[in-house]
Amino acid sequence: MLENGALENGLENGDGLENGDASENGDASENGDASENGDASTRRAAVAVADRLAVTGRRSGRGLDRGFRYLAVTSGVLIVMVLAAVAIFLVVQAWPALRAGRSVSDEVGWIPDGSSVLEAVGPLVFGTVLAALVALAVAVPVAIGIALFISHYAPRRLASALGYLVDLLAAIPSVVYGLWGVMVLAPLLHPVFSWLVRWLGWIPLFAGDSAGNASNPPRVLMTASLVLAVMILPIITAVCREVFLTTPTLHEEAALALGATRWEMIRMAVLPYGRSGIVSASMLGLGRALGETMAVLMVLSPGMLYSLKMLVGSQQQTIAANIAAKFNDASPMGHSALIATGLALFVITMMVNMAARAIVARRKDFSGAN
Amino acid sequence: MAATDTTATGTAPPVGTSEDLQAALSRVDPVRKRKDRAMRLVVYLAFTLAMVPLVSLVWSVLSRGSGRLDAYFLLHSMRNVFGGMDAGGAYHAILGTLLVTGWAALISVPIGLMVAVYLVEYGTGKLARAVTFLVDVMTGIPSIVAGLFAFALFYLAVGPQKAGIIGSVALAVLMTPVVVRSSEEMLRLVPNELREASYALGVPKWLTIIKVVLRTAVAGLTTGVMIAVARVIGETAPLIITVGMTASINRDVFHENMMTLPVFVYDQYGRGLTSCAPGAVDCVPTINFDRAWAAALTLIIIVMLLNLVARAVSRWFAPKVRG
Repeated sequence: MLENGALENGLENGDGLENGDASENGDASENGDASENGDASTRRAAVAVADRLAVTGRRSGRGLDRGFRYLAVTSGVLIVMVLAAVAIFLVVQAWPALRAGRSVSDEVGWIPDGSSVLEAVGPLVFGTVLAALVALAVAVPVAIGIALFISHYAPRRLASALGYLVDLLAAIPSVVYGLWGVMVLAPLLHPVFSWLVRWLGWIPLFAGDSAGNASNPPRVLMTASLVLAVMILPIITAVCREVFLTTPTLHEEAALALGATRWEMIRMAVLPYGRSGIVSASMLGLGRALGETMAVLMVLSPGMLYSLKMLVGSQQQTIAANIAAKFNDASPMGHSALIATGLALFVITMMVNMAARAIVARRKDFSGAN
Repeated sequence: MAATDTTATGTAPPVGTSEDLQAALSRVDPVRKRKDRAMRLVVYLAFTLAMVPLVSLVWSVLSRGSGRLDAYFLLHSMRNVFGGMDAGGAYHAILGTLLVTGWAALISVPIGLMVAVYLVEYGTGKLARAVTFLVDVMTGIPSIVAGLFAFALFYLAVGPQKAGIIGSVALAVLMTPVVVRSSEEMLRLVPNELREASYALGVPKWLTIIKVVLRTAVAGLTTGVMIAVARVIGETAPLIITVGMTASINRDVFHENMMTLPVFVYDQYGRGLTSCAPGAVDCVPTINFDRAWAAALTLIIIVMLLNLVARAVSRWFAPKVRG
């Protein structure tokens, strides 16, 4: 490290002309330790060596070095810019529909007469959030169970293989989930849904249609939510598993030494330690569920209502599925309106994801793992 | 807890009878024991519950898809196929998927790799932290939003149109953060001694990164890229709105609609049952569903192959690092 830093310093003396201030800054951050530590004589010696080493061809090599650094930094900046660009382009494209106000409903079929994009996006946001929350409510307990199974119950040797099985769920393309959901799962669920409507119909979520029945075939939001639950299971499980595995062994052993059963040990040592991990895992899962398109698009028979009835078709629709369903036949104004709804989805998922990441990051800070 | 205490203290034997004491201490309150058993059962059930959809899904794709998955299916497009004709295949869709995903990889791998290099070799301070955070956030962009972004980008540049490359850009947005994350992890595994040895020999930093760091990590990087490809190759939603559908073969990613395998599954499913005239030969009512399942099976096989090869690469070509 010292040689390298001194080498660069020495070369800088050699061709000071082309050195901008930019490279100075860069060098300072990278070689700061070298120039600070090296006392003057060592440094002078190193510069001498460097000068001798600086034979022909060095100059171009140095330019390449700087060029490569710029390339790397530019790529980093590019990532920031892409994310900004996503937001900017969506806003630019959504602007015509947002500015058109209520008249947008004359041009765009799916927007109810006399309402603006902002009013029309309401039921979509409602449907999106409802589907995702129900999926989350189903997936989180199961995921915690699986994570505990892999981290604390399964035999050590089998654990990673079993974990891989759960990860396989993440490798299956969403369109295959959609196909499976509508052609295999839905027919199986109909008797269950009928039972739910009959006995638990007083709960708004399980209410039947006007005749008091569940829809058949069950192309309803509950089916879509269950498929979503399966799809987000792997990511929630993966994060929970990691967190559970990092529980300090001392905590666990202390609990066991005090006579706790395995479950008591988990409740007293593992779960409290992993609480923030579970929360952020759930939010990551929520982010996935909010943005998932195909399962909903293929399973759900859409509607545009603020309706809690999850066992009846033609009630709700999600933003993502609505975009995929309507985009190809849309007029320019229709594109704009759909992009406006996409912007809403982007904002919602970004907020959820950032919150999840922030929790993870904060946890990392005070867990002492690094 | 309380019950154990009372048995231990209430009927506590005088010092000396250690057998009794041992028995009292090792006996667990039945309620607690039952709860422990119940929770164990619940945890086991949770795992089984997760396996049910996996098994059911794999089974239904295999059983319903394998019937039609043959060389004919893989080597023919849907051109001039209509109604319930017992013909047609996914060749155009497979080709489209490979082209679109290939271009996506071509865009995202250099960028993702350079971002990882930046983060590991150069990154310090605010920018690096911001990039790390944003890469994490980027993994959460909904795929349909990535599609809308690509559409909007090309809309402003060249007007409304569909082309394979637009889908590639959308997939690249989804793929880049995955590449960055995995490459970053791999580059961090390269021991610092190697870098320092290279610097000591007078090798400039950029050459050190290319010849030493990236070389050492190449197996891991390949694995990461393949897993990233496997992740996006099944994306459907962004391709529906950017690449569209067609029944014919299109090898040109810069013009006109292309079919891709996931969209093919969706499209065939959407066509539903066909009605055959009574006594019609060469007419299968469920032909569209059959093709959808066969294409789904093809897609899963491609994804699994990518995953397996990725794992094999990392196992066989990983450098032997001694701690």
